[in-house]
Amino acid sequence: MSNMIKLEINGIPVEVPQGTSILEAAKTVHVKIPTLCYHPDLKAEASCGICVVRNADSPKLLRACCTEAAPDMKITTHDADIVQVRKSVLELILANHPNDCLQCPRSGSCELQTIAADFGIREVPFPREVLKTPVDDSTTSLILNQEKCIKCGRCVDVCQNMQNVWALEYIGRGEETRMIPAAGVKLNESPCIKCGQCSAHCPVGAIYERDEIQQAWDLLRKPDTVTIAQIAPAVRVALGEAFGLEPGTLLTGKIYAALRRLGFDQVFDTNYSADVTIMEEATEFVDRFTNGKDLPLITSCCPAWTDWMEKYAPDFSDNFSSAKSPQQMLSALAKSYWAEANNVDPKNIAVISIMPCTAKKYEITRSEEMSSTGQQDTDLVLTTRELARMLKSSGVDFLNLPDEEADELLGVYSGAGTIFGVTGGVMEAALRTAYCFVTGDDQPPSINFNNVRGVDGVKEAEIDIKGTKVKIAVAHQMSNVEQVLNAVRADRKAGKKPRYDFIEVMACRGGCIGGGGQPTGATDEIRAKRTAGIYTDDEKSVVRMSHMNPQVQALYKNYLGEPCSEKAEKLLHTKYRKRKIYAK
Amino acid sequence: MSNTKQNTNNDKVEITPDLKLFIDEWKDKPGNLIMVLHRVQETYGYIPRSITFDVAALLEVPLAKIYGVLTFYNFFKTEKPGRNIIQVCMGTACYLRGGDDIMEELEKQLGIGVNGTTKDNEFSLEAVRCLGCCGLAPVVVINGDVHGKISSNDVAGLLKTYREKESVTA
Amino acid sequence: MAFKNYLLVCGGTACDSSKGIELTDELRKEIDAAGLKDDVQIVRTGCLGFCEKGPIVKVLPEDTFYVSVKPEDAKELVQEHLVKGRIVDRLLYNHEQGKSLVTVEGIDFYQKQFRIVLRNCGVIDPDKIDDYIARDGYAGLEKALFEMTPEQVIDEVSRSGLRGRGGAGFPTGKKWSFAAAQPKGEKYMVCNADEGDPGAYMDRSTLEGDPHSVLEAMAIAGYAIGASKGYIYIRAEYPLAIRRLETAIEAAREYGLLGEKILNSDFDFDIELRLGAGAFVCGEETALLASIEGNRGMPRPRPPFPAVKGLWDKPTVINNVETLANIPVIISKGADWFNKIGTADTRGTKVFALTGKVNNTGLIEVPMGTTLREIIFEIGGGIKDGREFKAAQTGGPSGGIIPREFLDTPIDFGSLSKIGSIMGSGGLIVMDDTDCIIDIAKFYLEFTVDESCGKCSPCRIGGRKLQNYLSRISDGRGQLKDIENMQKISEAMTRASLCGLGQTASNPVQSSLKYFMDEYLEHINDRKCRAGKCKKLITYTITDKCIGCTVCTRHCPVAAITGTVKEKHVINQARCIKCGICYEKCKFDAITRS
Repeated sequence: MSNMIKLEINGIPVEVPQGTSILEAAKTVHVKIPTLCYHPDLKAEASCGICVVRNADSPKLLRACCTEAAPDMKITTHDADIVQVRKSVLELILANHPNDCLQCPRSGSCELQTIAADFGIREVPFPREVLKTPVDDSTTSLILNQEKCIKCGRCVDVCQNMQNVWALEYIGRGEETRMIPAAGVKLNESPCIKCGQCSAHCPVGAIYERDEIQQAWDLLRKPDTVTIAQIAPAVRVALGEAFGLEPGTLLTGKIYAALRRLGFDQVFDTNYSADVTIMEEATEFVDRFTNGKDLPLITSCCPAWTDWMEKYAPDFSDNFSSAKSPQQMLSALAKSYWAEANNVDPKNIAVISIMPCTAKKYEITRSEEMSSTGQQDTDLVLTTRELARMLKSSGVDFLNLPDEEADELLGVYSGAGTIFGVTGGVMEAALRTAYCFVTGDDQPPSINFNNVRGVDGVKEAEIDIKGTKVKIAVAHQMSNVEQVLNAVRADRKAGKKPRYDFIEVMACRGGCIGGGGQPTGATDEIRAKRTAGIYTDDEKSVVRMSHMNPQVQALYKNYLGEPCSEKAEKLLHTKYRKRKIYAK
Repeated sequence: MSNTKQNTNNDKVEITPDLKLFIDEWKDKPGNLIMVLHRVQETYGYIPRSITFDVAALLEVPLAKIYGVLTFYNFFKTEKPGRNIIQVCMGTACYLRGGDDIMEELEKQLGIGVNGTTKDNEFSLEAVRCLGCCGLAPVVVINGDVHGKISSNDVAGLLKTYREKESVTA
Repeated sequence: MAFKNYLLVCGGTACDSSKGIELTDELRKEIDAAGLKDDVQIVRTGCLGFCEKGPIVKVLPEDTFYVSVKPEDAKELVQEHLVKGRIVDRLLYNHEQGKSLVTVEGIDFYQKQFRIVLRNCGVIDPDKIDDYIARDGYAGLEKALFEMTPEQVIDEVSRSGLRGRGGAGFPTGKKWSFAAAQPKGEKYMVCNADEGDPGAYMDRSTLEGDPHSVLEAMAIAGYAIGASKGYIYIRAEYPLAIRRLETAIEAAREYGLLGEKILNSDFDFDIELRLGAGAFVCGEETALLASIEGNRGMPRPRPPFPAVKGLWDKPTVINNVETLANIPVIISKGADWFNKIGTADTRGTKVFALTGKVNNTGLIEVPMGTTLREIIFEIGGGIKDGREFKAAQTGGPSGGIIPREFLDTPIDFGSLSKIGSIMGSGGLIVMDDTDCIIDIAKFYLEFTVDESCGKCSPCRIGGRKLQNYLSRISDGRGQLKDIENMQKISEAMTRASLCGLGQTASNPVQSSLKYFMDEYLEHINDRKCRAGKCKKLITYTITDKCIGCTVCTRHCPVAAITGTVKEKHVINQARCIKCGICYEKCKFDAITRS
């Protein structure tokens, strides 16, 4: 029960619970205090100096983002004096920034650009001084461009505290400070798991995804090449944001249509292979659970998570599901199952996947099992952000396209497939099918497993499968994961049976809908809307369980035989290896 | 000058038993990192790269944290210093009495910039903050020996003396 | 006294570096050689303050004050003074002027000084706890523990009027009361011994000369606020002070004055040293706490203040060394004794490190209210080499430049703030007419830019821009618009920086613009530096004294000098890069610079 306190902001009376910041208090009366370094996901950094406000007659200015509202405060947020100070601070920041907006990947979505426009900056009176430092493009996923860095500190906070990866740190002091890996290594030699949360939180163009749009065009235009597209569940509820639509707007049909307009020969859906993943993984689970071996089973469809595990927790590699991610499964099936059915030489197939995820760009060459069809299974990954840019430059009037259907063989999906995009979704999909596998019933008493849904960092539950108790845990956002692993480690050390049978981990907050490749500016509010969109997609699906997907049934009947068969093992499963945290 | 220049020298330097003992002693004290780094520098004269990995492992902190701290504080060196360490006081009193001229002269005669080490590893040159001997301004400290009231003309002689002197083994 | 004579030799870092240690060794040798080992004791004490004339040897009980004593003088001093009882005239102060002064009375440096903080410096051996105890050491702690409640201790400190001596001048009693008001539990007492201002060494001298005063004060403070753990955060560049503190802490523990159940009371308090590592910003309270916590020294927004949420989020009081050194005296002698000294605005004394262009540089302690004129012209002995006073600078890189019209300002927090400067930690730099104001401002900005932690934009970027402007102006490339821009940036830095470093970094610029605008305009409009300091604005001219020896022609790196043998040479001003080599090389004084 928090006390309410009363204060005044710009003469307007305000009443808020104790502990509210001045910034939040102002929002309740529709006063917008400008901010730059502040991000609602993170503890207020207090570095930029833009959100300064005055209390009563004090000459000292307070930072609204981190100062608690106190009783009887009389806050002024805007007057000639304060506005001039903010303007000078912004001019100082701009004086050290390249300001080459027209050539910058963040043009149009850059927070610095927006605030400069809002402030009406027309000239920067101070001498320009831009840091000269080489770009770090050592990973296939992310680019670090220190020239544009405004030292807001979000990326370091995200990488260390939100994601527990510690690839980035403040190195140096003063204006020599850079947000880079330690020990003089490049990003690909650091602990970086390519989750891209840094790029998702960066306000400017200092960290961004490797842009491979040109490579996509090259493949689309390559003669004698069959181009195949697959889109991830999380893409369909977020792509609209780049076109001014509400987060969570379901655009599945339009995306299929747009991809065809871009020139793709086949348009498939990763949700289909999510269903296949469930077939493999639920089978794997039932086997391990019945025989009591290698438990807990841990999901492995998140490549940032598998990278983290291979570096920081190799003691769990036997627990990981050997099933590949849906992206990789679909690509492998496209170049085998589909290729054979349509008499196309896999050498002439290019699979391009559209993902909410920057780590997927890394996944496609992470190990030799990613080339299980004799070629590299997935040729290219484009993030949601890249697809948006590609559509905008391609002559497609995206918002007005009529909806289309995906191509059938690898494009039909169940509701269980689509919920892969949210935290708890893989677990829920697996439980729906596992329940049926174990009991022989044709569906569980409740299709929805609500206790694995929601934004709590770690959700635990005990699922009753007709008397058999299955203990599960669902964790998202990497900082929440270690405690789950440590609990299991403690059980192991004490010789006890592990307290969980099945664990789902998503590296990004909210699951894939909060992925590092999604449109920037995501907050809990936006992620909640995207999540709602996914569950809507599930609700309106006719088939709600993976094993009931007719195309999935056909796949096993006509091609793979059964889950974990030899053929399935070859195409749809992978191995794990210990990796160095620092490569040098 | 802060230490953004990170050492990528991968040569393995062995951790001394003394240092290990110190780290053990301090392992559970909150805020131990800076004291540990001081001891590392006392032991080797600088902070060798391979030792940072050892410290990270022994203290059970991410390597990034070690570097965040070590590159923030001027005192910590990431490169092996020269045989003779020259420190020029850049405090106000020394500055007023010509401290920057002394620094320039040293840079010229040694052919290196401040924070550099001569190619033959004979001399390292640093600027230090006020040593508190303002009555002797300008002050230059070489290997801990304080030389006061220095002028540019004294520089050559000083360098000669130390070049010819044997190293003092601690 | 147990000994017939005592020789007090100043053992501060500065005197050590002037061969103070060799001097002590030589004296010891000579005393042994003269068979006086049992009659004369040598005591290495803390700083006596008169650094300009160090090393100092004081002979007790006669109080003879010898200055600038070299190791070679040891034999004469022992033989003449101790054996034959004859004062060595040539080693006395002002001997050259023919006005030798035998004892401290009459030495202008020491008149007007009133040593509270430095009460034991130069009198006791800092490594001997018994010396400290013999001079009322730990009497304050005893009184506090057994005759006063924690509330009464805080009340006494409040009534004394003591204000923080680190620079901000916050009332010490008030700070303690905030921490005391927090719920019982883990609390910390921290001593800020990071003394980062270049040109300031008051705290170093206090710690080297009288470490126990700080330990006692911290214990008293711990008792008052309810803390049982103290930390001294001391810069790594003070190895001697660190050693003295380590010795003192050991000794105090042995005597039951630190540790559990101090003096058999219920009060536990122990102290640990934590080293800084070369970051000026760690003198700022929240950055200091971050540093003790083992992190980068990056400040945190305040509120919440450390007294409420400090070290590891627990209530913490941070006090400067000098502030603390006053505490034992305030408790044992009482607030009423203390608040009679100084002014109504600021009670007590202040230690200053007086350096720069004065005759008598060194460490001084004066009552608040002493004027700048008294300090500079009486204690300091006036401007060196007979030059003109130009300005005084207090507060280091956070302070302001004070012109001659304010020489009669009495020193206290309020008065200094009114004229655009701050008290600061005590560095007092005196400048003469050969010092350039723009050059000094540039020097300070270079310092703050280098020391800026980099977290907030106003300081990180603004400081560098100010430095750029000052460099341009100093190089003769300044424009009038630069002044307006510097004022804008200064305003932004002062109002929007996260911590005191950024908030005060522009003070040298703001105060110099206020009082020395004409020098700025001269640099900008006339490209002239009246002090002759800005190298690029110096014009070198060859006068008629030139005999045509061609030495300068041969040394000019840009071949800017023309002239044949026996002919007067000429400098091509357009080519000249103002390096000054010709000026140095000319043996005939034929080159002038203006």
